[in-house]
Amino acid sequence: MLQSYVPILILLVLATGFALISILLATFIGPRHPNTRKLSPYESGMTPIGPAMRRYPVRFYLVAVLFILFDIEIIFFFPWALIFRQLGFFGLVEIMVFILILLVGYAYVWKKGALDWE
Amino acid sequence: MIEFLIEAVIKSAIIVLVLLTSFAYITWLERKVLARMQARIGPNRAAPFGLLLPLADGIKLIFKEDTTPLEADKFVYLLAPILAAVPAFIIFAVIPIGDTITLFGRTITLYLTDLNVGLLFIFSITSIGVYGIALAGWSSSNKYALLGGLRATAQMISYELPFSLSVVGVLMMVGSFSLVDIVKAQNSIWFVILQPVAFVIFMICAAAEVNRSPFDLPEAEQELTAGYHTEYSGMKFALFYAAEYIKIVAMSALAVVLFFGGWQGPPIPLIGSIPIIWFVIKVFIFLFAFIWVRATLPRFRYDQLMSLGWKVLLPLALANVVITAIAIVLRDLR
Amino acid sequence: MESIFFYATAAIALIGAIGMVLSRNAIHSALFLVLNFAATSVLYLMLNAPLLAVLQVTVYAGAIMVLFLFVIMLLNAENVSVDSHLRWQPIAALILGGLLLVETVVTVGRPLPLNPAGVTPETLNQLADPRVLAQFLFTDYLLPFEVTSLLLLVAMVGAVVLTKARPAQKRDQRRVRFADQVEGSEGASAVMSEPQGENRPVA
Repeated sequence: MLQSYVPILILLVLATGFALISILLATFIGPRHPNTRKLSPYESGMTPIGPAMRRYPVRFYLVAVLFILFDIEIIFFFPWALIFRQLGFFGLVEIMVFILILLVGYAYVWKKGALDWE
Repeated sequence: MIEFLIEAVIKSAIIVLVLLTSFAYITWLERKVLARMQARIGPNRAAPFGLLLPLADGIKLIFKEDTTPLEADKFVYLLAPILAAVPAFIIFAVIPIGDTITLFGRTITLYLTDLNVGLLFIFSITSIGVYGIALAGWSSSNKYALLGGLRATAQMISYELPFSLSVVGVLMMVGSFSLVDIVKAQNSIWFVILQPVAFVIFMICAAAEVNRSPFDLPEAEQELTAGYHTEYSGMKFALFYAAEYIKIVAMSALAVVLFFGGWQGPPIPLIGSIPIIWFVIKVFIFLFAFIWVRATLPRFRYDQLMSLGWKVLLPLALANVVITAIAIVLRDLR
Repeated sequence: MESIFFYATAAIALIGAIGMVLSRNAIHSALFLVLNFAATSVLYLMLNAPLLAVLQVTVYAGAIMVLFLFVIMLLNAENVSVDSHLRWQPIAALILGGLLLVETVVTVGRPLPLNPAGVTPETLNQLADPRVLAQFLFTDYLLPFEVTSLLLLVAMVGAVVLTKARPAQKRDQRRVRFADQVEGSEGASAVMSEPQGENRPVA
């Protein structure tokens, strides 16, 4: 059982190794002439105004919350899809109830304008 | 056990090398095709047809200065390109490019491994792919980068929902997460015929997942210079670039496996049936389509992008699941 | 072989957990937590629960931690000083942590029926098949499954109520933004960050 995951570990090691080596190689080979101007944030040639870390619109946050909720709902579809043929009509009723409740939430979220990006 | 390990190491090495080569030559192909579509010639200096251009690019990138902004979070800044590139490779661990072949008297499977949760494994890997981009944007300490990273992350998670929901129809018909089983279930008919809506949703979301035109807002040059990798240079930049193109290959391969019968196809006249030839041909067609779309479609506006994902694709994918379920029940009753 | 692998994974999980608590930077904490989740997922895998392992990564690392990262990035809360807001929380954490330690010692110290009746290697391998798990979920545990959807519905409503500003408030914000633009001082930044005027707390 566990054996079928060993190749993934090997691929992971190889891919990470490649990424690390290529970065290391470049740091050794490439030139190094740092100066303050070069290492300051790029802002199209202008002197940067204020730090980059500041407060950003809350919309991004709402998208992330809704994503979690819908993601968990969708994850339930996967095991259901596996055995749907065995469950038959019963499985259809099950998922319809689930989807109906999901749709209530979806309609509410839509109605409240949470899906609008102003 | 030792033989098993050696086989896995060889296969993994082949996967990494083939992906890197195809990454290099997809960039070449893209330049060539885009140029032709815009009535230009494209790269033609390095070797005939500019064939050595990817190599020249690679050498150039290694010899570039590798800068780290003063205000950057040094460790996360280094980690981000690795976190972006590695998941792109890992996806291929479960993608089958063929059934089995016999080499030197050994039966060798043409996939690294076959998991009973294969498809979910791919989804879990793509879901952690956002870290590289979000962290690159954050650690650069640059306004363009941060905004680009935020945009990319919001876009990727929004399109992940219809993306994963679109394959539920396929899963219902197969009854297994294993990608090998999914390919074998398409012996008589490809799922693109049974699930055309799902396929369209899948492809749109795949383009959005890899931040590809027309969904390339995170890298919209006019607004955000280079988006989340504005501050990156040299090999670190190359890793982001590689991640994007390898993910395009991954999405193409996944589309072939899920909807176009994977490695299966009729024997070709003259050549006969070579194990992986059909898989390669199909993937190539998808890669070409990705480039073609880039040459054709203008970029979305951000609010259009969000409403397309949440208000059109998500309900459409849900409706597809319901209709498929009803159709299967009706057919099984008969 | 397997026990070596287990200890290595467990060590990584511990490093992740400890690093998460000790990091001063909230983003680093979040990353350590992701490492911990990844190691936990491997532990699930070793327990013959591949479905749980991939879902652990998808939900916790791929969704919940992305939200955490977002909140930290959006609120610019990377370096919150520890002692400013916490008064009774450290003591409460200490007491609860102590209770957990006692519980762990008691549980581990007592010989538990680790092998419930009738569980053989074959049945364990059967449980690794996601179909078996699905069969249980959609027959024996149908009610919890449907209730989950209700729970998620409540969460959805909660998220919208907490983040969506009321119409009146919104009009105020627009006025603030307009004023900014007239003054011309913060005009350009109004495009990027909306609620400039009144750094209103989020959720």
